Amino acid sequence: MLMSGYTFRSLHVDLTAGSVETVSTPERLCREYLGGRGFGVSLLADFITQSYNSPEMPLIFAAGPLVGTASPTSGRLSVVSRSPLTGTVFDCSVGGRFGTVIKRAGYDFIKIVGIAERLVVLEIDGAAVALRNAESLAMQPVSAAARAYSSAWSTAAIGPAGERKVRFASIIADGHYAAGRGGLGAVMGAKRLKAIAVRGADDVQVADPEELQSARESVMRLLRTSQAVFGEFGLAEYGTAALVDVIHARRMEPTENFRKTLFPQSGAYSGYAMKNRYHARRTGCAGCPILCKKMGAGNEVIPEYETVSHFGALNANSDLNAIVEANRLCNELGMDTISAASTIACYADLENRTIPPPEILQMLHEIADRQPGRGDELAEGSLRYSSAHGHPELSMSVKGLELPAYDPRGAYGMALAYATSNRGGCHLRAYPISHEILRKPVATDRFSFEGKARIVKIAEDLNAVVDSLTACKFVFFAVSLEEYARVLSAVTGRQFDVQSLFHIGERIWNDERMMNRANGFSATDDDLPQRFFSEPGTSGSLIEIRPIDRGEFLMARANYYRIRGYNDDLIDSGDIW
Amino acid sequence: MQRLVQKYVRKIEAQGLAKLDNVVFFARDADIYCNRTLRGDEQELQAALDAMNVSSLLFVRPADPYWTVLQQISRQDEAVLSEGRIFPHDAETRTFLHDIPVLDRFSADAIVSALSRRKTAVIRDRGIVTFGAVTPEQAYIMLSSTCFTVFVKYFSDALRRFRSTVADEEDRAAFRRIWRAAEQFFPAMPMPPLCTGLVDDDDTVFAMMADAGRAVVGHHLVDSFFGNISYIVNDCIYISQTGSSLDELEGCIDKIPFAGTSSAGITASSELSAHKNIYRVTGLNAILHGHPKFAVIMSMDCERKDCGRELCYQACPERRSVRGIPIVSGEIGTGTTALMHTVPEALLDDRGVIVYGHGVFTACRDDFRKAFAQLQAVERACVAAYREEAEKAIGSIP
Repeated sequence: MLMSGYTFRSLHVDLTAGSVETVSTPERLCREYLGGRGFGVSLLADFITQSYNSPEMPLIFAAGPLVGTASPTSGRLSVVSRSPLTGTVFDCSVGGRFGTVIKRAGYDFIKIVGIAERLVVLEIDGAAVALRNAESLAMQPVSAAARAYSSAWSTAAIGPAGERKVRFASIIADGHYAAGRGGLGAVMGAKRLKAIAVRGADDVQVADPEELQSARESVMRLLRTSQAVFGEFGLAEYGTAALVDVIHARRMEPTENFRKTLFPQSGAYSGYAMKNRYHARRTGCAGCPILCKKMGAGNEVIPEYETVSHFGALNANSDLNAIVEANRLCNELGMDTISAASTIACYADLENRTIPPPEILQMLHEIADRQPGRGDELAEGSLRYSSAHGHPELSMSVKGLELPAYDPRGAYGMALAYATSNRGGCHLRAYPISHEILRKPVATDRFSFEGKARIVKIAEDLNAVVDSLTACKFVFFAVSLEEYARVLSAVTGRQFDVQSLFHIGERIWNDERMMNRANGFSATDDDLPQRFFSEPGTSGSLIEIRPIDRGEFLMARANYYRIRGYNDDLIDSGDIW
Repeated sequence: MQRLVQKYVRKIEAQGLAKLDNVVFFARDADIYCNRTLRGDEQELQAALDAMNVSSLLFVRPADPYWTVLQQISRQDEAVLSEGRIFPHDAETRTFLHDIPVLDRFSADAIVSALSRRKTAVIRDRGIVTFGAVTPEQAYIMLSSTCFTVFVKYFSDALRRFRSTVADEEDRAAFRRIWRAAEQFFPAMPMPPLCTGLVDDDDTVFAMMADAGRAVVGHHLVDSFFGNISYIVNDCIYISQTGSSLDELEGCIDKIPFAGTSSAGITASSELSAHKNIYRVTGLNAILHGHPKFAVIMSMDCERKDCGRELCYQACPERRSVRGIPIVSGEIGTGTTALMHTVPEALLDDRGVIVYGHGVFTACRDDFRKAFAQLQAVERACVAAYREEAEKAIGSIP
């Protein structure tokens, strides 16, 4: 009997041929890869050595088995392809309601190959699927694509940055939910696919609704115990900008392109400051009880933590209006805020000056438009830009992906996790901030590598599962895979437990690692910018931010490889836990 | 990892959870460390660890009273006999553990299967096995929580059983053995030396709170990482961080503006909102929250059968008390049924308040001395109340 939670129908779209085919979702795929990121990784494997702009390169939108059900925080979707920025396999988990609507339109995933002759929109109205001419939307902002459809539809669109193949172009769902990192918007742009618009209202079948309700209640009780989620300073109250103050207090906020780790003016854009300035209200993804997304009374999109910190401290900018405007511009132009802000900070470092806020905003337009000169150069991302200028060390990136807003000198597990991440400088693969800063599920010593190799490995496997379910990582500040195994079992009717899910997570991780190896990635790429090993951060208040000991870092990385069972070629040499 | 394992083995022994020789504690990064040489079939534990994606595995044969409690529950409890699971009664443990599987076999397969679904398991006639996904501390916390919850469950069930049926002699004898062993937890010790008077500089506040936290643990008024503590002065709350151990508070106290102008308190105790409400309502400036066992047991001692017992921890319409100490309902954290809404008013009685199936809050002015004395007094009153109720049913307890 087929598992519930899946529609067992998917779409194959060939933009070159202009064809759309409905195919069965293989049950093996569901059993071995769950959904979301796992689906994408598996479907991409045979094509991973293709260039990101090759017609054969798939762009995959995949929902998970929990999407469209009453499972808490499951209204997400993964977008997967090869990154134009890093060259690695790359997935983004995106919120909003796009994933839910795809599932309710009757599809587990959409696989898109080929290159359209002209700019098109993929329109999915339940079983009716068509490619529409979108030339009237050419170089239009993301909101123009969304406005072309009524509120009954959900859209995922690129802006001019994606069409011009800016290497950190994003895909924006429902106006402001970003598949932000890695430049998947450029993959979409290379295919001349301006947007996907989808509408659907089918119910997703659940095997045991009563058990799901009970499992959901267990999750909700745990969420209510979490200060980080539902506490008065938590995500529900302030969004991810709740982190501004605590990261500041721990003296690990990346400042001036990571030259410092403290920005005295960060209170100007704290969660509290933004809530009061904009009278922010709660909103969020479909089916989410947390609702961490914040909108101002004037419908301003309140930026996420990474965005405020990087357009703030990283660029020595305390102008909140400019930060909010930079966020709006990135959403409209279709660019990743982290990479955009970090690339500008890299430029500032190279120029040895601070960029004033109006110039930052101007630069965003220049980049999205690939204006000749610095705009076109910076559209290549910080590593290509700084390398072209003879200073690759000023790109604060791993595998070419710009680092987010946690300085690794203030959290050594984060340092290791940045290095080992399969998609480059990403905080979300293992998210050690959870235990090193937020003390969940328990606190660990943030200035020690002791035990961190194992912890990072376990968390990487865990998050591969979470991204495949496709659930939200924030819920795991309070719950564990134990509770979600129960949720998944209730939805699918098949019994999952923690260790069986970990096996799936490990499979996904190792597949990604093999795919990167096929593209020439090696241990040399699992490393941090030199600055973190040679320059201290900003010490004070009895907290010393020292350079990371290179020997200890390499030992932790070697331990990580041993735990993974990787040999010198970074190939899985056996099933070693 | 060796350092962490040795630390928590010492804590296990110091808190009377198990004797040193009855603890097998594995932890690993790239290499595995175990606190002692394995004996007999204990290789099964290593095999279980090898099959799990975790950082540590802990097995103990607990000391009395927990050992005898486990033996009794394994033999008597209906859910254990029919479903092979222990269902905790207390609200907090139930929230985190859900239930505890009871295994009949000491085998790697059985352990892996159980710990793939739950955080802790009991192995019949052998002990407790649990794990830490991230650190050895998690395994220690789970062990401590398991011991706490089976203790509370045993005494809660025993009272109910003794009242409703004529207990057989074996049952009574076991109860008396357990009672004697449990006397080590009764708060008979004198008041510890704690800082006196209002303090208002950071370092002194931190030191005063750390001392008070250690006293609460040292006097068995809280187990494992439960409980929290706060102090308010100069419009700032100083509060223990979430998941901190009250006996190790150095570096684990958040200072938060009362007006909420900074969200640095995102790492504060999950009861921050309750503490703030208490300060608003009472005007006091020191709060202790512990989980003394008999206060938790007595808070659940209610013979009403027609009010939907499953929801007592959320909302109870009755005005209940133990020897004049109020009992309120309320869940951890936030939400409409959270204890942050029920505890503050009840604390105006100045005797402390017991939260159903959860623990005790006490509060006072200036320093922690009175709050600590109240916490001791609440538990002493609850031990006495329990003893009285038990003796009504089964006669004198020596």
